[in-house]
Amino acid sequence: MISLAGRDILHGWGKFVFTGVGLGLLIGVTLTMAGVYRGMIDDAQVLIDNSGADLWVVQKDTLGPYAESSSLYEEIYRSIVIMPGVAQAVNVTYFTMQVRHGERDVRSMAVGIVPGETGQPGWPPYLVAGRQITHSHYEAVADIATGFKLGDRIKIRRNHYTVVGLTRRMVSSNGDPMVFIPLKDAQEAQFLKDNDAIVQNRRRTAENPNFNRPGVPGLLDAVIASQSGNPYVNAVLVSIKPGYTAEQVAEPIRRWKRLTVYTHAQMESILIEKLIATAAKQIGMFLVILALVSAAIVAFIIYTLTLGKIREIAVLKLIGTRNRTIAAMIMQQAIGLGLIGFAVGKIAATFWAPIFPKYVLLLPGDSLRGFVVVVVICALASVLAIRAALKVDPAEAIGG
Amino acid sequence: MADSYGIRIEGVRKRYGEGDTAVDALRHVDMQVAPGEVVGLIGPSGSGKSTLLKCLGAVIEPTAGRMILGEQVIYDDGWKIPDLRALRRDKIGFVFQAPYLIPFLDVTDNVALLPMLAGHSNAESRKRALELLQALDVGHRAKAMPSQLSGGEQQRVSIARALVNRPPVILADEPTAPLDSERALAVIRILNQMASQYETAIIVVTHDEKILPTFKRIYHIRDGKTHEEVGEGRGFD
Repeated sequence: MISLAGRDILHGWGKFVFTGVGLGLLIGVTLTMAGVYRGMIDDAQVLIDNSGADLWVVQKDTLGPYAESSSLYEEIYRSIVIMPGVAQAVNVTYFTMQVRHGERDVRSMAVGIVPGETGQPGWPPYLVAGRQITHSHYEAVADIATGFKLGDRIKIRRNHYTVVGLTRRMVSSNGDPMVFIPLKDAQEAQFLKDNDAIVQNRRRTAENPNFNRPGVPGLLDAVIASQSGNPYVNAVLVSIKPGYTAEQVAEPIRRWKRLTVYTHAQMESILIEKLIATAAKQIGMFLVILALVSAAIVAFIIYTLTLGKIREIAVLKLIGTRNRTIAAMIMQQAIGLGLIGFAVGKIAATFWAPIFPKYVLLLPGDSLRGFVVVVVICALASVLAIRAALKVDPAEAIGG
Repeated sequence: MADSYGIRIEGVRKRYGEGDTAVDALRHVDMQVAPGEVVGLIGPSGSGKSTLLKCLGAVIEPTAGRMILGEQVIYDDGWKIPDLRALRRDKIGFVFQAPYLIPFLDVTDNVALLPMLAGHSNAESRKRALELLQALDVGHRAKAMPSQLSGGEQQRVSIARALVNRPPVILADEPTAPLDSERALAVIRILNQMASQYETAIIVVTHDEKILPTFKRIYHIRDGKTHEEVGEGRGFD
């Protein structure tokens, strides 16, 4: 038996191809939305994996440092590094800001790291160009997504930094590229007040007789120095010694230091289930709406195409064609339209994904699921047209 | 009149609706057509021609009466054979006023579709289709699409489609209406040839006076009743 649907598609291929291209662009948007969601999850996982940490020590009862603000005294790492099973414990700060470069600024996450040995937690694990930070001030390593180049001078708050290294896929959970700077500079930048505020604060302190005592020289300077510095960090990243489990090391820190400690799995759960949950729901809603729109388009097109063939369908029924043959013809056309649309959508998504500002991760599994969904939607969308076709009276082929 | 029948109907009635709104489209129709015979069926608009054609074509069921196709009883006072679709496919050929060829199939497949639907292989179906197309002098257009054919060629292809399953009866609904005299007579000539060659009973519903002289027998239908009349019967002998 010949394929009636195939012959009809070949006969009116222009109509099918153009409709399929339109549908395909919609499917491409749907696949891209799914890719954006996957990209967000991947960004979150990359953030955790590339931090090099096994444990995140944060302010008690907070979900820091990525999902909530967390503030720890900078000296706390000294008491953590001597806990059983701890290999390394390093301070780190994170804050999102606009990093200026010439006339433009780039939304970035500035990460304060302790200059030292390569491979410490918090450091970029690899570079694609240049070197790691070796000086305590005014050097930066940037993710290439910032667009910065080696030797570029960038401005963070009041200070200028020279880009000495470039890394890749170091992003925040929002997808903002990271810029690594020395910890001391980051601490200063995080809480830096403007000059007027500093002057006003000094004047008020100097006018306070409790701080400015003639009999206690040096007290005023000490108080002012304590007010202008920032002895806080957002988290302590911990790597553990071989032979210890994360939970074995985390539990004593929680108990004795009255701090909150997250393992790798817990941090992943915080990022995925809490931080990007709302975005994921929004994308989910978009996917549902796009699926419904696609279904409506396919249903409308197939229904219209079927109504245009009522006389032929009546003739087919009159000459003895089975209802299931006619239903199969319509369903195959709908699925054919879906296949054209899926192919166009997949190609379009693959081509436009790299130029998206957000990271779009197109997984083969998602494409496969998308393919199945498209086929199912097209099959369901053809039901309306099939109902119309089955209602056609073969007597319509006979005049009168 | 021949002793055996391609199709025979006796006392067929068809009523639409019920009660006060009931309409009797066919009141009492008798008709017999022998294998190889071509008869005309004429009547004014609203006389019941189309209803009779639909009954003969097993598209609608008569309210009462009997219809026999060859040796097979199709309807008998409310009883009907179970699979009318297969009956239409295997036992009845249709030729319409417009050819109604399937626009997305080429000429060969338009004809071959019926044997394919009946379960024959594609190769066998196409072989039968090509033989008929050759016989009807449109074999050279076998690969053409219907839109590339002239009106006369399209009608010959539709005749081939009606004949391809070797049905005992063909119903032709005003097959010459859109054609000029020459082409109309050519179509009737073909129908006569095919009726003789394949022993098919052909009923031609027509308003076309130019072809009436070709029929040996004509059935007039008026107010839902048929009256038989001997035609001029010039035929094409």
